[in-house]
Amino acid sequence: MITPAVPKSWYLPTKPHKFCPGCGHGIVLKALGEVIDELEIQDQTIFGCDIGCSLLSWDFFACDSTQTHHGRTIPVMVGIKRSRPELITIGYMGDGGGYSIGSQHLLNSAVRNEKVTLILVNNTNYGMTGGQMAPTTLPGQKTETSPYGRDPETTGYPTKGPEFLAEVTSEGAYVARATVSKYKQLKRFLKNALRNQIEGNGFSFVEVLSTCPTNWRTNAQQTWHFLEDEMEPYFPVGELKSPFSKGGDK
Amino acid sequence: MLKVVDETKKAFLTGNETIAWAALAAGADIMFGYPITPQNEVMHYWTRLAPRYGREFLQTEDEISAGFTVCGAVQAGKKAFTATAGPGNVLMQEPFGMAEAMRLPLFAIIQQRGGPSSGTVIYSQQEVALTTYGGNGEGYRIVYSSASHQEIYDYTIKGFNMAWKYRWPTFLLGDGYQAKMREPLEMYDPEEKGIKIEPTYPLVGLPGKIGEDREPQHLCNIYSLEEELYDVVMKLSAEYESIAPEIIEWQEHHCEDADIIILTHGIVSRAADDAVKALRAQGIKAGYFRPITLRPYPAQQLRDAIAKSGAKTLLVAESSYGQFERLTKQEIYGETIKMEHLYMPGVGIIDYDIISKVKSVL
Repeated sequence: MITPAVPKSWYLPTKPHKFCPGCGHGIVLKALGEVIDELEIQDQTIFGCDIGCSLLSWDFFACDSTQTHHGRTIPVMVGIKRSRPELITIGYMGDGGGYSIGSQHLLNSAVRNEKVTLILVNNTNYGMTGGQMAPTTLPGQKTETSPYGRDPETTGYPTKGPEFLAEVTSEGAYVARATVSKYKQLKRFLKNALRNQIEGNGFSFVEVLSTCPTNWRTNAQQTWHFLEDEMEPYFPVGELKSPFSKGGDK
Repeated sequence: MLKVVDETKKAFLTGNETIAWAALAAGADIMFGYPITPQNEVMHYWTRLAPRYGREFLQTEDEISAGFTVCGAVQAGKKAFTATAGPGNVLMQEPFGMAEAMRLPLFAIIQQRGGPSSGTVIYSQQEVALTTYGGNGEGYRIVYSSASHQEIYDYTIKGFNMAWKYRWPTFLLGDGYQAKMREPLEMYDPEEKGIKIEPTYPLVGLPGKIGEDREPQHLCNIYSLEEELYDVVMKLSAEYESIAPEIIEWQEHHCEDADIIILTHGIVSRAADDAVKALRAQGIKAGYFRPITLRPYPAQQLRDAIAKSGAKTLLVAESSYGQFERLTKQEIYGETIKMEHLYMPGVGIIDYDIISKVKSVL
C-alpha cells in the first residue's frame, strides 16, 4: 500500500486533521509542513493561530504553537519575535482575522517591517462562525449576512490584501498571493516567505486562495470552479514584492 | 546585566519616572506601549533609559496590540510589561483576559484617569472595577493600589516578581496624580535588599530537539466542550484561592478602639491617614484601614478590624462613585456595621473632606 508522505513537522497524534472535507487549509498546512522540513526550522519555529477555522491548526505541527483571540495572532507573533529574534514566527490566520478585526495589526506590522511570516487563508467568508460575509467576499456572492449577494454599493469591494501590503511595505518585504490550486507555486511562495524571515530581510506575507465547500454549499466540481474561475481572476496570483526576484513571479 | 542602581540613594522623581527606574531595576527586558495620558512618561523615560541597559521598546499600533505583544513576549520567556489608562485599559482587557486564561506573567501599570469614556486625562479612582474584574472571566488577577512613590518603586519590582512567581496577570494601579507628581523616594537594587528576583522561563521556543529531547508545546485558550472549560475554570479558581492568602496586603492603624473606620485605597489613603491623626487630636476615635491589594481583597483582615474595634461606622472614601464600596461590600457580605460613603468621582480627596464627612455622620 502506498501512503502519502507526511511532513516530518506534522504532529501525528492530531491526524487526521479536523478541517471539513474539501477545505483548503489541509493543502496549505501540508505545503507549510514540507517547507518547514526542507528549511530544517522545526525546532525554532513558533506557530501561532487565532480563532476562526485557522484555530483548528493549533496542535497541527510538531512545533511550539500558541493560540490567541480573533485577529490577534499578529501582535502575539510580533511580541515573540521582538523578544527572541532567533525564533522563526509564523502567524496563521483567516481573511476575517487579518483583513477585518486584526487589520490594524496587519497594516502596522507591515509598515514597521516586522520580521515575521504571516499566512492568510482567503476563502471569501467567515467559516467557523457559519459563513458570514468577509472582507474578501466577492461582489454578488451570497453569504449568511449578505443573503441577496454582496452589494459593493453598501459594503464596498473585496479587500486586496497583498496589493495594499505591497504598497506600504519597504525594501526587504516579501508579499505574495498563492492558491491551493497551484501547489508547487504555493510551496515556493511559502518557502520564500520563510527564507525572507530567516535571512532577516523583513516582513513576509502570503495570502492563499482556498476553498470552503461547507459554507459555499458547493460540490467538488462547483468548489473548484469557484476557486479557479471566480476567485483567481479577482485576486491575481503571484509575487507582488520579493527580495529574491526583481520583477516578481507572476 | 549592567546594574541599574549601584547603591541605595534618595531620588526626587515623578511617579512615571519611578516606574521606568523600578522596571529597569526589576530586570524588565522589553516594554510595549501606546500613548495615553497620564502614563506617557513611563514610555518617555523607558525609551531614554532602556538602551543604556540593553533593554527593548516597541510602540505598538494600539493598546490591544501592546497587550498582546506582551502576551507573546512573556510566552517567549522575556520579562515584558506595558502601561496604560482609561480607554486604553478598556482595550487591554482583551489581552489581560488571555493572560488570565493562559497564566501568563503579564505586568501592567494602570494610571487611572477620569471616566466614563474619554473623561479627563488627569485623575480618578474609576478603574477599580475594570482592573480587578474586567474581561470575560472571573478576575484572576493581582492588583496593587499604590499610595506613594516609594510604593510605586517597591510594588513595580514586586509586581514583576509576583507575576512570574504565581503566573497571574499583575497590575500596579496608580492614578494621574501619582503619575505626574514629584516626590522623594529611595531607589535601591532589589537583590541587595534581599529581594529575590523571580526567574523567567519560556513556554514556547524551548531548547532541545522536538521528538528527541522534548515534545512540542501546544498552548491554547479555547475549549470544545462546556465540561472542559468548567474543569479549567474550577482549577484556575482553586489555584487562585489557594495563593490569595500569600498575596493579600493591607495597612491599618488606630482600629483597636475606633468608633469609625475610614476605608480608602491608593492615594486617597494619604488623606485618610492625615484625617485620622487630626480627628484623634480632636478626641474622635477614628481608625484607618487600607487594602494594598484590591484583588485579592483583604476581606478577613477588614472583618477582624471591624470586630476588634467594635466600630459602629465604616466610612468609604473614594475618587469614584462607589466602585470601591461595591467591591468592599461583596467581600464583607454579612457584616452589620453601618456604611457611609464619600464619593468624589474624578476629583482629589483631602483630609478636610474626610474630616467633614466623619463629623457629619457621627
